[in-house]
Amino acid sequence: MFDLTRFTGRDMKISEKLVEFNWGFLLLITAIASIGFAMLYSVADGSLSPWAMRQMIRFAAGVGIMIFVAMIDIRVWMSVAYPLYGVALALVTAVDIVGFKGMGAQRWLDLGIIQLQPSEVMKVAILLALARYFHGLPLEEVSRIRNLIVPLLMVVVPVGLVIEQPDLGTGILLIISGGTIFFAAGLRWRYFIVSGLAVLGAIPIIWERLHDYQRNRVFTFLDPERDPLGAGYHILQSKIALGSGGLFGKGFMAGTQAQLNFLPEKQTDFIFTMLGEEMGFAGALFLLFLYAVTLTMAANVALQCRNQFARLLALGIAVSFFFYVFINAAMVMGLLPVVGVPMPLVSYGGTAMLSLMFAFGLLMSCHIHRNVEVTRGSSPFS
Amino acid sequence: MAIDRRDTGRYQTFTRRTLILGGAQAAAFTLLGSRLYYLQISKTDEYTMLAEENRVNVRLLAPLRGRIVDRYGTVLASNRQNYRAVIISEQTPDVEETLDRLARIVEITPEMRKRILRDIARAPRFMPVTVAENLTWEQFAQINVNQPDLAGLQPDVGETRFYPYSEELAHVVGYVTPVYQRDIDKDPDEPLLKLPGFRVGKSGVEQYYDAKLRGSAGASHVEVNAFGRVIRELSKDNGKPGAEVVLTLDMEVQKFACERLKDESASAVVMDIHTGEVITYVSTPAFDPNQFNTGYGVKAYKALLDNPYLPLTNKAIAGLYPPGSTFKTITSIAALKAGIDPKQTVRCTGKYPFGNHVFHCWKKEGHGNMDMHDGIKHSCDVYFYDVARRIGIDAIAAVAKDFGLGETYDFEVQGEKQGIVPTQAWKRAVMGEGWHQGETLICGIGQGFLLTNPLQLATMMARIANGGMAVRPRLTRAIGTEMMQMPPAPMIDVDPAFLKIVQDGMNGVSNEPGGTAYRSRITQEGYELAGKTGSAQVRRISMAEREGGVRKNDALEWRLRDHALFICFAPVAKPQYALSLVIEHGGSGSGAAAPAARDIMLKVLERNVVREQARSDEPHDHSGHDHDTEHG
Repeated sequence: MFDLTRFTGRDMKISEKLVEFNWGFLLLITAIASIGFAMLYSVADGSLSPWAMRQMIRFAAGVGIMIFVAMIDIRVWMSVAYPLYGVALALVTAVDIVGFKGMGAQRWLDLGIIQLQPSEVMKVAILLALARYFHGLPLEEVSRIRNLIVPLLMVVVPVGLVIEQPDLGTGILLIISGGTIFFAAGLRWRYFIVSGLAVLGAIPIIWERLHDYQRNRVFTFLDPERDPLGAGYHILQSKIALGSGGLFGKGFMAGTQAQLNFLPEKQTDFIFTMLGEEMGFAGALFLLFLYAVTLTMAANVALQCRNQFARLLALGIAVSFFFYVFINAAMVMGLLPVVGVPMPLVSYGGTAMLSLMFAFGLLMSCHIHRNVEVTRGSSPFS
Repeated sequence: MAIDRRDTGRYQTFTRRTLILGGAQAAAFTLLGSRLYYLQISKTDEYTMLAEENRVNVRLLAPLRGRIVDRYGTVLASNRQNYRAVIISEQTPDVEETLDRLARIVEITPEMRKRILRDIARAPRFMPVTVAENLTWEQFAQINVNQPDLAGLQPDVGETRFYPYSEELAHVVGYVTPVYQRDIDKDPDEPLLKLPGFRVGKSGVEQYYDAKLRGSAGASHVEVNAFGRVIRELSKDNGKPGAEVVLTLDMEVQKFACERLKDESASAVVMDIHTGEVITYVSTPAFDPNQFNTGYGVKAYKALLDNPYLPLTNKAIAGLYPPGSTFKTITSIAALKAGIDPKQTVRCTGKYPFGNHVFHCWKKEGHGNMDMHDGIKHSCDVYFYDVARRIGIDAIAAVAKDFGLGETYDFEVQGEKQGIVPTQAWKRAVMGEGWHQGETLICGIGQGFLLTNPLQLATMMARIANGGMAVRPRLTRAIGTEMMQMPPAPMIDVDPAFLKIVQDGMNGVSNEPGGTAYRSRITQEGYELAGKTGSAQVRRISMAEREGGVRKNDALEWRLRDHALFICFAPVAKPQYALSLVIEHGGSGSGAAAPAARDIMLKVLERNVVREQARSDEPHDHSGHDHDTEHG
């Protein structure tokens, strides 16, 4: 007989968990996603197809996944952290071997039914695995070199594979996610300072290994007017779109830059720009405000957890989410080079949405099981 | 389970670092907010402008070129609808297939096909590319009917310049051509020149009034997307169409004169003696100005270049001829001004020995005793040798210049040649030699260095006939609704009585038996003309030939025959019109030029009735006082 409690934990019933579920958080992200639906409706010239409807369906599916993931006991997640990481690593490796080129980069793995983006899976898996690892280390052990070899490898190997694909944006995000866990776990400051210097020193080497298009992005970022019709076009048009939006924007479905195709990739990477153009400073700031509230709630979840695994996991998810928002927003405003990072919940895209909702499910699991105490080093079900 | 005591330390560190991260995130959000404020509030005007520049494309609209009409409103140059077929490559699955089908209606040469395919390859897929132009109405209608079978093909109507009178006005109205790089270089700020299919005036009135005929560009503001496709039109300004230019020509006379001279290499100018208005301006043969619209065919153009009758030369202003005996009018005036008594006679024996040379009269046996009147009437060379010798070349040249020879008039048709009115100083300056008196004799009868164009001769005739008013030829009556105003022409320093003597002499030429043009007189009462014949030698008659008998012109090959000239004014009783006419290698003035001039002048006078009527209908037109300021 299938024992559901094996997955949901023995201490709480499903109904209790549903009560504990942070419905306000769900409402908040639904609000954010709805802004995305509206923009996707607008960008299709007032039509639900091809983007808005599919995005809604995905979001609905995402909500289902989120609730399902949240119901599963945090100890279960802790116990599957390493196996999940192993699977993710295998997938990322596989994509390097059999993956086909999508958007000029080898990022997708065709599983027949769906095209899986293993780097998305890795983004969640790396958080789980690192949280699991540091959960087992007392504070004074965290900064020991020999204890850092394993978690460093856990970051470096997938990052290397992802950058090879090549997907610099995801690689950077993986480093940031990993670094966040290291930081939250209490790794000494000097390590961050030293690695920061090391990164600076490594820049020439990294530069050598960059693809031409990646270098061009950096050049373009440094001087967008260098080539206004070529590589600088995207960022210039994005700034024009934002700037011409003014305080209250040109109105829903009336953004000339977006509607007349001057704005590139407007349903994905540049959707925030479109919001800024059609809804103005007020609209863009409102979305940023919603994100800030979401982040505050996520940080709160982390602070309320009574076990280190959940704390680290929740904070890792929150900070990764923040970096998505920040990198995308900074990119479209011309503060960062163009890297293919979508605006979470708003940009059109299947895997990104599903993996994010999965991560939010984990966050909710942390929240629901915040009072579960897990002994360091012990098996959660012992 | 109790909380692991050692977890407390981790929790404290975690909390602290979470707050640090929270602070950093708050800072990052502040940065994003500031950046948004900078872009969307501080710099919004600049970016709004850039967005508008992106979105709005200004398309120039060619203004309709002004028409050119004659004095009665007959259209001489207009815009005709040019039926075209254009193809939009994105609307057809197979361009070649569409062209094959079109080839059943319109001939498509392999070169055309190549050009079309090249244009299609270069243009965006939604841009119409011209396939065929200047289609007939039948072809155009067939394309319209068969449009469902011609995927991507669209019938289209453009404007093209049209000269209904073609050759008859080629040298006056001129023509337009497509824009060449040198036109753009000349006027780099004129955006219209860069419009495809735009035409500029390159000759005649089309050139002279190009700016006025052109009008000003209109503009269509269209919204375009990032690929340049037009989404919609935002606003449209049709611009200002070019002004209509009203010429002084009378197309009825023009047609008649062209028909009368069509087999000759000839030119003729008819002028109103009081105003200088040019009623008729003919230079034959000519070319088809319509052909320049699309570029003259190489073969056809070569034929024009090889034609010995020089159809490309605007003979009325650029044809230079010795005035021949028509110049005796000037010599007469100069003589009168020098105090010579017109009644004083000179005996003509057919020869006039001077120095070690003998000058001959055209009449070998001589005219006997000649006074001025008879000298003009019979065109006696000896009389004028003698008179010229007595007054000298400089006195003659001064009068010639007063009466408009040796100068250009800034006429509305470009390319006037100045000609030559020789003086002693001129010869020294140009040839580095002193003046020989014998040359004075030759010039006295209108030969030698003297060179004039028919427009100058008509002007000279007008000034003699109008009593010494220095009118200048002009072609423009009005631009748009604005009549040309000219200050009254200055009076030439000459006693009108002298001019009367010359006019009487010319009356003798035409209307007294024995006059050189008596056979070509007008017999209708009130229409009589007074003229002066002229024959300009184009070869030197050798002593040997003169002794063996000067060959008749008919016996000579065409290019060696004398030019035939005739100038006249009419009506004798109340002069109104002056005419000059030159038939290249026509033989003699009396034989070839005078009859043609008579016919044309008669037509002018018949039409004068119409003209008078039109004048009384136009209270604003003060003929005889309105003068073109631009030519003053």
